[in-house]
Amino acid sequence: MDPVSRVTGRMAPIDRADVDTDQIIPKQFLKRIERTGYGPFLFFDWRASGDFVLDKPEHAGASVLVTGANFGCGSSREHAPWALRDFGFKAIIAPSFADIFLGNCFKTGLLAVTLPERQVRHLIDLAAEDPSAQVTVDLEKQEVRGEGFAYRFAVDPFQRDCLLRGLDEIGLVERHTSEIGAFESHRAEWLPAVK
Amino acid sequence: MPRTIAQKLWDAHVVRVAPGEPDLLYVDLHLVHEVTSPQAFEGLRLSGRHVRRPDLTLATMDHNVPTKGGIKAADDLSRRQMELLAENCKREAIPLYQIGSRHQGIVHVIGPELGLTQPGMVIVCGDSHTSTHGAFGALAFGIGTSEVELVLATQCLPQKRLGDLAVTVSGELPLGVTAKDIVLGVIGRTGISQGQGHLVEYRGSAIRALSMEGRMTVCNMSIEWGAKAGMIAPDDTTFAYLHGRPSAPKGAAWEAALDYWRSLTSDEGASFDGETSIDASQLEPHVTWGTNPGQVVPVTGRVPQPRSDTDERALKYMDLVPGTALADIAIDRVFIGSCTNARIEDLRAAASVIRGRHVHPKVRAMVVPGSMTVKRAAEDEGLDLVFKAAGFEWRNAGCSMCLGMNTDILAPGERCASTSNRNFEGRQGSGGRTHLMSPPMAAAAAVTGHVVDVRELL
Repeated sequence: MDPVSRVTGRMAPIDRADVDTDQIIPKQFLKRIERTGYGPFLFFDWRASGDFVLDKPEHAGASVLVTGANFGCGSSREHAPWALRDFGFKAIIAPSFADIFLGNCFKTGLLAVTLPERQVRHLIDLAAEDPSAQVTVDLEKQEVRGEGFAYRFAVDPFQRDCLLRGLDEIGLVERHTSEIGAFESHRAEWLPAVK
Repeated sequence: MPRTIAQKLWDAHVVRVAPGEPDLLYVDLHLVHEVTSPQAFEGLRLSGRHVRRPDLTLATMDHNVPTKGGIKAADDLSRRQMELLAENCKREAIPLYQIGSRHQGIVHVIGPELGLTQPGMVIVCGDSHTSTHGAFGALAFGIGTSEVELVLATQCLPQKRLGDLAVTVSGELPLGVTAKDIVLGVIGRTGISQGQGHLVEYRGSAIRALSMEGRMTVCNMSIEWGAKAGMIAPDDTTFAYLHGRPSAPKGAAWEAALDYWRSLTSDEGASFDGETSIDASQLEPHVTWGTNPGQVVPVTGRVPQPRSDTDERALKYMDLVPGTALADIAIDRVFIGSCTNARIEDLRAAASVIRGRHVHPKVRAMVVPGSMTVKRAAEDEGLDLVFKAAGFEWRNAGCSMCLGMNTDILAPGERCASTSNRNFEGRQGSGGRTHLMSPPMAAAAAVTGHVVDVRELL
């Protein structure tokens, strides 16, 4: 994975809570067998119904998505962060994220940053009022900043380190192969094997 | 120190603990299906890795299989995805129940019915409804495709410790009220995100009284209120269900397993980060009115006044007016199926409502059994004849119209009474409108042509 440390760009606001992964990438696009190429299908139904915020010219090229709580709830499809990444987003800021989605963002190298509701509200309003406003999401300093504000955010130190160094998680786990083998040697005998 | 069942399961699977790092958990069973695995296998191939434990991995085809006509009836992309799963499983020696196989079915239905899902195990799958398996006292949760690749390669998963929640369901369920109504009732109270970052234990007399099928329905929808996993301590109901199943332990191994399984309860005094209590005797059949599972009311109720932007949007999408009696909502389609409610007991409950009645002329109704094993069992009991005589379509096993990846979808504007788990916008077909409910409630809607309190038909 390529290292990720800082994202600077304009914001696009999706001012609603509980956006589920069925909306982010509808099921008909899960038939693809590739890891990339999902950008055109992001929020497919919402965009098809017209006047969707991501299609407004003033938000074209935005790299930071600012949105409501519980973003990414529902299905575990990793195609959701893939679609957001392929569309051009490099960071998402919300008051909270669904667990599986958050894990998938980390694997995709998409910065998912949690800020208090009040600060996210400021960013959503700012994006709507001044689409040219720039923000920086700085993983190293753990801060989201722009003109006149800097918001600290918490992040899991292990995930932060992995992102900053671009570490391959499978490779990290493989370093512990001997411990895995030792664990396997004393698993209970009744545990099932698939036949 | 007293521990919860979730903590016991976690501790028993920790391969490695290091300060500042997530725990490394061992996975006892990895379930794989065609939709979230192709990129994982491709990743393995590109990095020259192989599957560490094909003997602890089981694949099936479920998400996009046609429910009639076999693999030839699938569209090109779906067929390619299924063929690719078969190729990947062959290359990596992973057992596969493909379309046409006796045991093919929804991944969360076949694991339990084969006896592969057992108490005390860690089970993962690239599907959020993996929480279903927690009904057996297993730690089971959904993962993304990158994690699928990681588990295929190492049989392990780094995971941060999670908090514990308890849901206590006391009392006794009234007639016509089911496990589905318990979990919809829970979500109606908690909302759809309160479970975030937590493992949930369901307990109490009403949970104890549930069959394994009912317990699976409850645990299945844990993810719908944001919890990573749901679980129920194993007991004699669990052991009776497992005994004699193909992959269950036999003889002395059964006795040894039983000794361990009986220890899998939360200790007296174990602490939870939060607790919710519900009196089952006060529950009624529940029906969702909106576009998430938390937008739910008893069937005797009315579509509520909107309390948020989310509610306003949901009302618009669902084309509903606040104050409308649920029982006045007309239905176009009925879907009895999904990993939530397509087991034999669900089909029996639906059939008991339908017997001697006929599907309303304006309704198109279908039953999609959760597995081919469930389908055969239902046919042995003659349930297929009950459904067909009533005008239901009787299909082969698959996820089908729960998520509409095959051709079983709603047309725009169609309204469906569904036993599935998600009423998200477009979930069952772009522009389609979903009302979640129990199998008997969906059956009652099929025969009356509108949402109805099934207790009026019993």
